[in-house]
This record gives sequence, C-alpha cells and structure tokens, in this order.
Amino acid sequence: MNSRDDLTTPGKAVEVAPGVHWIGAMDPDLRTFDIILKTANGTTYNSYLVRGDDGVAVIDTVKAGFQGEFFARLESVADYSEIRTIVLNHLEPDHSGALPELMRRAPQASLYISKRATSMLKALLKPNQGGFEYQRADTGDRIELGGRTLRFLHTPFLHWPDTQCTYLEEEGVLFSGDIFGCHYCDSRLFNDRAGDFRFSFDYYYAHIMRPFKSHVREALALIGPLKLNLVAPAHGPVLRDRPRRYVNRYRELSAPSIDAEMGEDERSFLIFYMSSYGNTARMAESVADGAESVAGVRISLYDLEGGEVEPFADLIEEADALAFGSPTINGDAVKPVWDLLSSLTVIDLRGKVGAAFGSYGWSGEAVSMVEDRLRGLKLRVPVQGKRIKLVPTEDELEECRSFGRQVAQALVGEGGASRVFDMADLG
Amino acid sequence: MAKAKVTFQDIDTTVNVPAGTRVIEISEKVGSGIIYGCREGDCGTCMMQVVEGWNNLTEPSVLEEKILKENMAGRHNRLACQAQVLGDIAVKPA
Ligand SMILES: Cc1cc2nc3c(=O)[nH]c(=O)nc-3n(C[C@H](O)[C@H](O)[C@H](O)COP(=O)(O)O)c2cc1C
Ligand code: FES
Ligand SMILES: [Fe+2]
Ligand SMILES: [Fe+2]
Repeated sequence: MNSRDDLTTPGKAVEVAPGVHWIGAMDPDLRTFDIILKTANGTTYNSYLVRGDDGVAVIDTVKAGFQGEFFARLESVADYSEIRTIVLNHLEPDHSGALPELMRRAPQASLYISKRATSMLKALLKPNQGGFEYQRADTGDRIELGGRTLRFLHTPFLHWPDTQCTYLEEEGVLFSGDIFGCHYCDSRLFNDRAGDFRFSFDYYYAHIMRPFKSHVREALALIGPLKLNLVAPAHGPVLRDRPRRYVNRYRELSAPSIDAEMGEDERSFLIFYMSSYGNTARMAESVADGAESVAGVRISLYDLEGGEVEPFADLIEEADALAFGSPTINGDAVKPVWDLLSSLTVIDLRGKVGAAFGSYGWSGEAVSMVEDRLRGLKLRVPVQGKRIKLVPTEDELEECRSFGRQVAQALVGEGGASRVFDMADLG
Repeated sequence: MAKAKVTFQDIDTTVNVPAGTRVIEISEKVGSGIIYGCREGDCGTCMMQVVEGWNNLTEPSVLEEKILKENMAGRHNRLACQAQVLGDIAVKPA
C-alpha cells in the first residue's frame, strides 16, 4: 500500500464532501478478487456516511473481516442511534459483509436495496436469520435526511443484477457502487493524490462491466445529466478531481469500436476455422461464399491458427453472427476453438447467431459439441451444424454454401416463409 | 397423443409438439432467443412472454409463482423451463 501522505488513519473518517465522510476499509494485501480479478496493490471497500439535519445515512458497508476498521471510523463521526438509513448499492459480500452487525447496532435504521435485490438479500443473509425489514428502491425514489436528499438510480448488472447508484442531490455526489471503481489501495484516497490507477480502472471495467455493455450505456444515460462534484465508488480512489472524466472514459469503453466501417443496416458475420489438411478450411470458404450472397451481411473469415484470442474476442463482441469450423480430432473440437470459446465470458453474446461446421473422419463429435457450447453462451443456433466426412466434394461444398446462406438469412431475419417443424424431426 | 403448436415469434418458427412438452425442450432446438440459466425454475433467466394462448399452458407451480414475482414478471410472463404446453401458444423472449 502507498502510505505516504496517509489520510486513512485507523479510527478516523475522512471528509470527502461537506457532511459526507468516507468510513471504509483498506485491504492492501489482497491479490486476487472473486477468483477472476488480479490486483497488484490490494483494494479498498469504500463506505460512506452522509449527515442530514434529521439523521445519518450509511451507504454500503465493507467485507466481513474488515468490520472493526469500518465501525471505528463510523463511530468517529456518528452515533449508531443517529443512523436512520442504510443503503446497499448492491448486495455482494464485499459490501454487505458488515450489514448484519450494523443492523444490530442500529436497529432503528431502514435498509434500502434495489428492487431487484429482494431474493438475494434472503439468500445472502440466511445464516443471520431474523430477516431484515427493507425498502425497495427504484430510479427516481428519494429519501429526505433533512436538508439532504438521496435519490436512487437503478443500474442493473453493474456489477450484480441488483445494482443501483445513490445520488446526493444537494452536493452533486454520486455513490456509484462498483461502477467507476477499481481495485487499488492507496491511503492518499483521492484521485488527484493517489498513484497511477488508470490501468486498474480500465482493467476493472474490462472484467466487471464489459459483459454488460448495454447496461453500462443505460446507466450512463441516467448518470450523464447529473451535476457531478464527486464520484464516490465502492472500491479504489474517491474521484473528486474532474470526476466527469471517468464517466467519459466509461462512455469510450462502452462504445462500439468499428461501427464506422459497417453500414447502418449491415450485419457482421465472422467465420473462424482451424484445419489440419485443409478440409475444414475449404468448407469455411464455401460457408463464407454462401453467406456473402445474402444482402446486408458482411463476412469476415479468419484462420484461428493466424491469430490470438484477445483481438478475436474484441471482434466477436461487435459481431452479429459467428460460425466456428473445427475438424474432429480425438473425439473433440480443436483446442484453439475451445480457447476462443472459453474467453468470451467478458462479452455479451446474448442473441447473436451462432453456427458450427467441420470435417471429420469417423465419429465427428466436434460440430455438435461446439453448437452446445454456443447455446451455453446464450447464442441462438438457428441452423443445424454442417459436417462433411473427410474431403468435401463439389456437391458437399455446395451444401456448405447453402448452410452459410441459411445462417446469414437467419441473421437478417429472412429465411423465406416462417418455418414449421415437427418435434420428432428436430433430433 | 394430443398435439399442440408452439410458435416462437422472435424467429418466426412453429413446432408441432406432443401435449405436455416443456417450452425449454423445443426452444433450444429451434434456436429461439429465450435463454436459460438454472433450468430448474429457480433463477428466472428463462422468462418468456406468452403472446397467445395464455391458458394453454400448465398452471404455474407455487415455486414458479414466487420466482416470477421476485423477477417482477409482467402479466403474461412465464418461465420457459417450467411451463408445459397443453394447446397452441405463441411465445417470445420477455
Ligand atoms: C490425430 C488425429 C485424430 C483424429 N481423431 C478423430 C476423431 O476422433 N473422430 C473423427 O471423426 N475424426 C478424427 N480425425 C480425422 C479428422 O477429423 C479428419 O481427417 C478431418 O477431415 C480433418 O479435417 P481438416 O483437414 O480440416 O483438419 C482425426 C485426425 C487426426 C490427424
Ligand atoms: S432457467 Fe432458471 S428459472 Fe428457468
Ligand atoms: Fe461487486
Ligand atoms: Fe465490489
């Protein structure tokens, strides 16, 4: 932890805006968060206390195990009997860990959670029995603290389905939860004092927010019009110096990168393949040919052997349809295909069209395994995958063209008349 | 066995199925945009909108009612992993 210029003396709260105190906890030794995230210098669990004429609100708590530090800071600026309101911006344990004990110490307080959080509250607090009284907040709901107004913004999925932000109207302070946060532990606390946390900020976005890009855009639409003097996230530095820059950074990060190259009503269809003897490669060419013949579809063809996972994942994020070609090797699809398909968790794939094809020798499992994975990733797989035994004949290549055409048609919503099947024929 | 027509409006596809089939069994095969999580009526991911034939599905169980409520289901929403088809219906992702 960076300790020069220490603002976070144990047992002391830090005023971050008039009548608003940081009462969080430092976790400098953390290196891995939620299994998926690395951090080179720990994290903080930021909790805030807002004082109004009629009482005090606490916004978010800390991870269990850091309660002592949190309560000591809280006690330095308020008495438990003054707490009227407790807000949880989302219920993840890193912010709700001290809630049961806080509710015990301030039993008169009302708990505000987002309208999506109800079932989670029950599931998370099972061990603590008793069930809390709580209020469900939605965008536009307000709490009066006496000369101070907290307003809620419903921002689902950033980071959990139940996420909300809380805005202190009079001071222009946004308590943004995980949004605009990062894992970076610095006792200088403020963005204009802390070390260089830009990488941590972008990295946090990439792993936590990116899978929910469209929700990020919706949240930015709510946050955009607010007057922002301070953004107070749940992890990492408190953003007091030109906080709008961090909002703009989210706007950049959540914007599509290649829309300039694509026509307004053009859809992007990516075809990836891997091939040892060229059989699946030839299939891929034909699939591309067939798809290309459908108006409004732009095809891109990639040999997985010639690329790396990350840039491909970026392309996939912007695409509308994906096809994967893999031969069957030892009863499975080939590793580069799985490597790519296992690296897409940070991307929102819902509703994209998926398809699989490949050459095989005798058993040919690859195609259906890839299709299953695509469905598992929430793609829609409207056309049954195409398998060809060993070397494709000219007729079989024609079948591949037709396969590509059908996938492309499903993408643009053609496919002629509506389809009618019998359950028994669906296999 | 009694047959029923299930139409997935999002992909303009109709399937003739035996009565009693769960929507999940059909929608995944034809590639409807209805998506699934737990597949056992617990997570609410598979919420769908019943556009026609609301009464042609089995009654929701107490558990399904609860999950629908928790996920703020609208009037004609059901869980596709739970609802069984009794007669003709048209559905789409919620
Ligand atoms: C090491 C090895 C293992 C293979 N294992 C299988 C298998 O388990 N099942 C199968 O259907 N084909 C298997 N094959 C056959 C290939 O799928 C077949 O040769 C295919 O046409 C290769 O396509 P490609 O030229 O696109 O790589 C195997 C081939 C090799 C070289
Ligand atoms: S898939 Fe979870 S409730 Fe249906
Ligand atoms: Fe979180
Ligand atoms: Fe968090």
